[in-house]
Amino acid sequence: MTEPIIQVRDLRREFVVRRPAGRLRRERTVVAAVDGLTFDLAEGAAVGYIGANGAGKSTTIKMLTGILVPTAGTVRTCGLDPVRRRRDLARQIGVVFGQRSQLWWDLPLAESFRALAAIHRLPEGAWPGRRDELVDRLDLGAFLATPVRQLSLGQRIRGEIAAALLHSPRLLILDEPTIGLDVLSKERLRVFLAEQRTLHGTTLLLTTHDMDDVQRLTDRVLVVDHGRLVYDGTLPGLSAQVGAERVMVVDLVEPVRDLGAIDGTRCVAVEPDGLRHRLAFTPEHTTAGAILEAVGRRAQVRDLAIEEPDIEDVVRRLYLAQLSGDGRGDRP
Amino acid sequence: MRLFATLVVLGFRRWSTYRLATAAGAFTNTVFGLIKASITVGAIGAAGGTLAGYDALAGATYAWVVQALVAPVNVFHWNELALRIRDGDIAVDLARPLDPQFAHLAGFLGRAVHQFIPRGAPPLLAGALITGLALPTSPLPYLLGLVSVVLAVSVSFATWWLVNLAAFWLIELRGLLTLHIVGMSVLSGLVIPVHWFPDWLATLAALTPFPSILQAPVDVITGRVEGTAALGVLAVQAAWLAGVLLLGRLVFARGARKLVVQGG
Repeated sequence: MTEPIIQVRDLRREFVVRRPAGRLRRERTVVAAVDGLTFDLAEGAAVGYIGANGAGKSTTIKMLTGILVPTAGTVRTCGLDPVRRRRDLARQIGVVFGQRSQLWWDLPLAESFRALAAIHRLPEGAWPGRRDELVDRLDLGAFLATPVRQLSLGQRIRGEIAAALLHSPRLLILDEPTIGLDVLSKERLRVFLAEQRTLHGTTLLLTTHDMDDVQRLTDRVLVVDHGRLVYDGTLPGLSAQVGAERVMVVDLVEPVRDLGAIDGTRCVAVEPDGLRHRLAFTPEHTTAGAILEAVGRRAQVRDLAIEEPDIEDVVRRLYLAQLSGDGRGDRP
Repeated sequence: MRLFATLVVLGFRRWSTYRLATAAGAFTNTVFGLIKASITVGAIGAAGGTLAGYDALAGATYAWVVQALVAPVNVFHWNELALRIRDGDIAVDLARPLDPQFAHLAGFLGRAVHQFIPRGAPPLLAGALITGLALPTSPLPYLLGLVSVVLAVSVSFATWWLVNLAAFWLIELRGLLTLHIVGMSVLSGLVIPVHWFPDWLATLAALTPFPSILQAPVDVITGRVEGTAALGVLAVQAAWLAGVLLLGRLVFARGARKLVVQGG
C-alpha cells in the first residue's frame, strides 16, 4: 500500500489573542484554530475541505505546506515534514491562496511564468510546452502580455492557477479559488480542474464556500468546525446526514394561496399573496423536474430558481445534530 | 545562477515600467546635488581651502558622486518585506522552493541596476558642467568601484532586510524605518563625508555597516583609496555584508517560527 500523500495526526495550532482589558493591562487568551485533526489523503484523491469562516481551514493548509508551525501533532505532506523540508515540498505541490497573488504585480503575466520556471528549476526545453498547454486550456492567450495589476479578477485567478500548475505538482491545494468569480468563470475553472485531474492524476485539496465546487470537483468531503473534524465522507452522505435541503423558488403568473401537497417537498414559505412559493426538497427524494411538473399541473409558472444549501447551514446542522446526540453525527 | 540572474532581470523590469517616477527622481537627485555641492564647497572654503584631504573640486565631486549613487543603494526607503509580512503575502514567498532573502536580494540588485544609469548619470552630468569633477583617469578605480557599488547595494539591502523583519513582531514600523533612514543618511556619508566627522562620531559610524553603503564606494571610485587600501575597503564591505546577511537569516528563521498569517 502506498503512503498517503497527506497524513495528519492530532494536529493542533493555537493562536494567542491579546485584548485590551483596562487602561494598561492586556488580556491574553489562547485560541485553538485547529484542535486535534486526524485524517489521511490518498494520492490521486479529490477532497473538499469545508467549514464556516474561522473554522480553521486556512490554518490547516498553512501547516500542510510548512508555512505555519503546528503547536502539537504531526503532519506529513508528500512524505515530508513540511516545516523542515519546506523548500523540497514546495517543488512537489502547487498552492493557490484565493486572497493572495503569487504573480509579479508590475509585470506582464508571461514574465511570472518565466520567473516561476526559474524558481522551480524547470528544464529550459520542457516548461514552455507545459505553459502553452495551460495557456491554451485556461484561455490566457489574450492577456499574457498584460501587466498583472491590470487583469480582471477572473483573468488573474486563471493566471494564479496556471502559475501553481506550471511545475506539474503532485498535489494541488486551492484555498477558495472561486471566491468572487462569476458563474461562467467558475464553471470554466471547474471544467479545467476536472480535466487536469483526469490527464495528470493530480491530487486535489480544495477549500471553498461554494457547494457547487464541492459537488463538481471532489469525491470526498471533510467538514471542519471550530478546528475539529466533524464529518469525513461523501457529499451525498453529508446531505443525508444533516438533511440539507435545496429550495426551489417558483414564481407564478397568477397568485395561488396553496399549491397543496407536492410529493417529496415541504413548503417553506409563500410570499406576497401566493405569487412566490418556496419548496424545500432533498435530491434523494425527488428531482427538480418532478417538482416543476407537479407545480405546473396546478399553476402557470413564470420563473424559477434553485437555492443550494450553503456550507454555513450544513455545518450548523451538523453541529446541532452532534449536540443533540442523535447518533447520526458520531463520526469523528 | 540562472535563477539569481532571472530574479535580477525581473527586479530591473519591475522598476523599468515606472519611467516618469525615474525621471522625477533623477531631477530631484540633481537639484539636491547642486545644493550639496555648493554647501560642501562653501564649508571647504571656510576651512581654508582643504578639509580632511578634500579641496573644493574633490568636495564637489564627492557630493555629486554620492547623489549619483543614492538611488541605486537605496538609502531612503524599502519596506517590501515588511508589507508582505504584515499583509500575510509572505505565505506566498514561503510556499516557493526558494530562499526569501536570496530572492529579495536579487530583486533589490535588479532595482539598483535599473537605477544606475537613469538616476546616476544626470547628477554626474550636471556636476561635470557646473563645478567640474575630479575623477581618476585610469580604469582600475572604476572596476574596483563597480565591485564596491555591488557590495554597497547588497549591504544596504541587508540592513533594510533586518529592519523590515521587525514586522514579525510589530504592526507599525514607520518609526523604526525613519530611525533607520536617519541613521543611514548621517553615518553613511550622505550628508557630509565620514572623514569630516569628529572622532566620537567617526567611531560610532565605524561600528555600523552604514559607511560601507556610500562612503566606501565613493572613496574607491574617486580614487581616494587605491591599491591595497582599496582592497581593504572592499574587504570591510564584504565582512559587513556577510555579517548582516547572516544576522538577517537568523532573525528571519525566528520570525518565521512565530509567524501568524491569519485569514485567507
